[in-house]
Amino acid sequence: MDSIFSMFLNDYYIQVLIMLGIYLIAALGLNIITGVTGQLSFGHAAFLSIGAYTAAILGMKLQVPFILALLGGGLMAALLGVLIGYPTLRLTGDYLGIATLGFGEIVRVVFINIPITGGALGLAGIPRHTTLTLVIILVALTIFAMYRLENSRFGRSLVAIREDEIAAEAMGVNITTTKITAFAIGTFFAGLSGGLYAHLIQYLNPADFGFIKSFEFLTFVVLGGLGSIPGVILGTTVLTLAPEFLRFIADYRMMVYGGLMVFMMIVRPRGLLGGVKLSRILFKKKSQKTGSSVTGGAN
Amino acid sequence: MLSQQILNGITLGATYALIALGYTMVYGIIQLINFAHGEIYMVGAFVGVLAVTVFQQGLVASLLMAMLTCVILGVSIERIAYRPLRRSTRLAPLISAIGVSIFLQTLMTKLQGPQPVPFPPVITDALYKIGPIEVSKVQILIMVVASLLMAALTFIVKYVKIGKAMRAASEDYDTAALMGINVNRVISFTFAIGSSLAAAGGVLVGIYFNSVSPFMGVTAGLKAFCAAVLGGIGSIPGAMLGGLFLGVAETLGVAGGFDTYKDAIAFSLLIIVLLFRPTGLLGRPIQRKV
Repeated sequence: MDSIFSMFLNDYYIQVLIMLGIYLIAALGLNIITGVTGQLSFGHAAFLSIGAYTAAILGMKLQVPFILALLGGGLMAALLGVLIGYPTLRLTGDYLGIATLGFGEIVRVVFINIPITGGALGLAGIPRHTTLTLVIILVALTIFAMYRLENSRFGRSLVAIREDEIAAEAMGVNITTTKITAFAIGTFFAGLSGGLYAHLIQYLNPADFGFIKSFEFLTFVVLGGLGSIPGVILGTTVLTLAPEFLRFIADYRMMVYGGLMVFMMIVRPRGLLGGVKLSRILFKKKSQKTGSSVTGGAN
Repeated sequence: MLSQQILNGITLGATYALIALGYTMVYGIIQLINFAHGEIYMVGAFVGVLAVTVFQQGLVASLLMAMLTCVILGVSIERIAYRPLRRSTRLAPLISAIGVSIFLQTLMTKLQGPQPVPFPPVITDALYKIGPIEVSKVQILIMVVASLLMAALTFIVKYVKIGKAMRAASEDYDTAALMGINVNRVISFTFAIGSSLAAAGGVLVGIYFNSVSPFMGVTAGLKAFCAAVLGGIGSIPGAMLGGLFLGVAETLGVAGGFDTYKDAIAFSLLIIVLLFRPTGLLGRPIQRKV
């Protein structure tokens, strides 16, 4: 199938599309944490890097097959998500965000300092296994999983936690377990996306996974519309492609990009598709308009 | 040389504290993590360089020029990027702040180039020996300027009318507005003070490390923000304490052989403190309304 793609698209477009797919998987993962459950996470890039390094090391040093290495990366990220989530998810709102931000920076510094990751020089020579076909399949699976999740009993508890933690607790939702599970699911997809990234770029450097990257993912989710799967897809697409389209203004493109972020927020503070649900678009169900998401409210 | 390290730590901590005050005051009033604050600090440092090289000014005049420029910058940012989002969700102004931060950083890279610029000599440095401790003239300068500014801030917040209005607004935004306080003016003023302190911090750090770069705002901003949270975000004495605490901890950590983990020290401390005191050292407990 990849040969069909390369007949119609040149390498540059394929590369951009693969990157878009990789970012989509990570952004949908963050959407479960921040959009659906309402827990701020400023450290998403750290989980990407954990997945990326794990998948790369599994593949290169232990000769694990690619798909298993990807899964391993995802699981490792989820495991660390649980480990960091267990103590910090007691914090609310902005404080949780800050703790995850700190965790992200710690992960980055650790990766610079341990020998197995190649330190500040980075890890090079990762084989290229990520193809557009695989990424498309994984994105489709992720969207399907997210859609099923959102409409399950578990997904409803997540939304309940976002809307009002205390009320959700009173209704019998086990807040801690639910939050940690959501965190683990979100970080699993981040890890998966990281593994794909590693096997696309073929080189990993801790500097690529700083907090700026985490904010990029947060921006994808917020700009598209928190908690809305089509919103996240739209937001990620717009913001991944914008820097590519802006290449003609070369030096000024990041300035325009920053200005664009401010402008978009002022024009549509709830995101492009805030409150829009995939199920409503697909099946035109008569569901009530969700007046959702005051995220990260410290009450 | 423990006392020597503590002195160095206090010097570093004083600059963190200056930046942290801006974070904490803004957060105290509008609950916004102003991620563009680190960039204001960076711009302040560059204006300082400009004042010394192009306008041939001395230390005090450069400091004042940097502070004034950043006051204008900070207030404009608030007016353009945050005020329209005052009543929207919590994350919208945060994203807007990140946008401003990216904008300023690339603007500065475009104007100055990505390389660090040396800070031109404004004072002739000298070393003084007090017992076993060596203290440089720059260190004394940093501590004196930082203490003066913090004393001025404390005075304004405690005794001047606008400072009282700031405290009222941070206590309860809506009630303060009902009581006839012009909240928009208070917020502008808060941004003005915070930005001027950050600019002073930028110039001082520029002199201390003799280097100014478009990317200096990122790490310093994050650490200062850490300091603000460590001390209890929203609390002015907390930001000062947090800044000093962090500066000393970091210097001791580096002296203790953890220099490659330097940037992780602040964040590890932050997480540990948050786990035991979820609102920081001097923070007030969050009230859960049912």
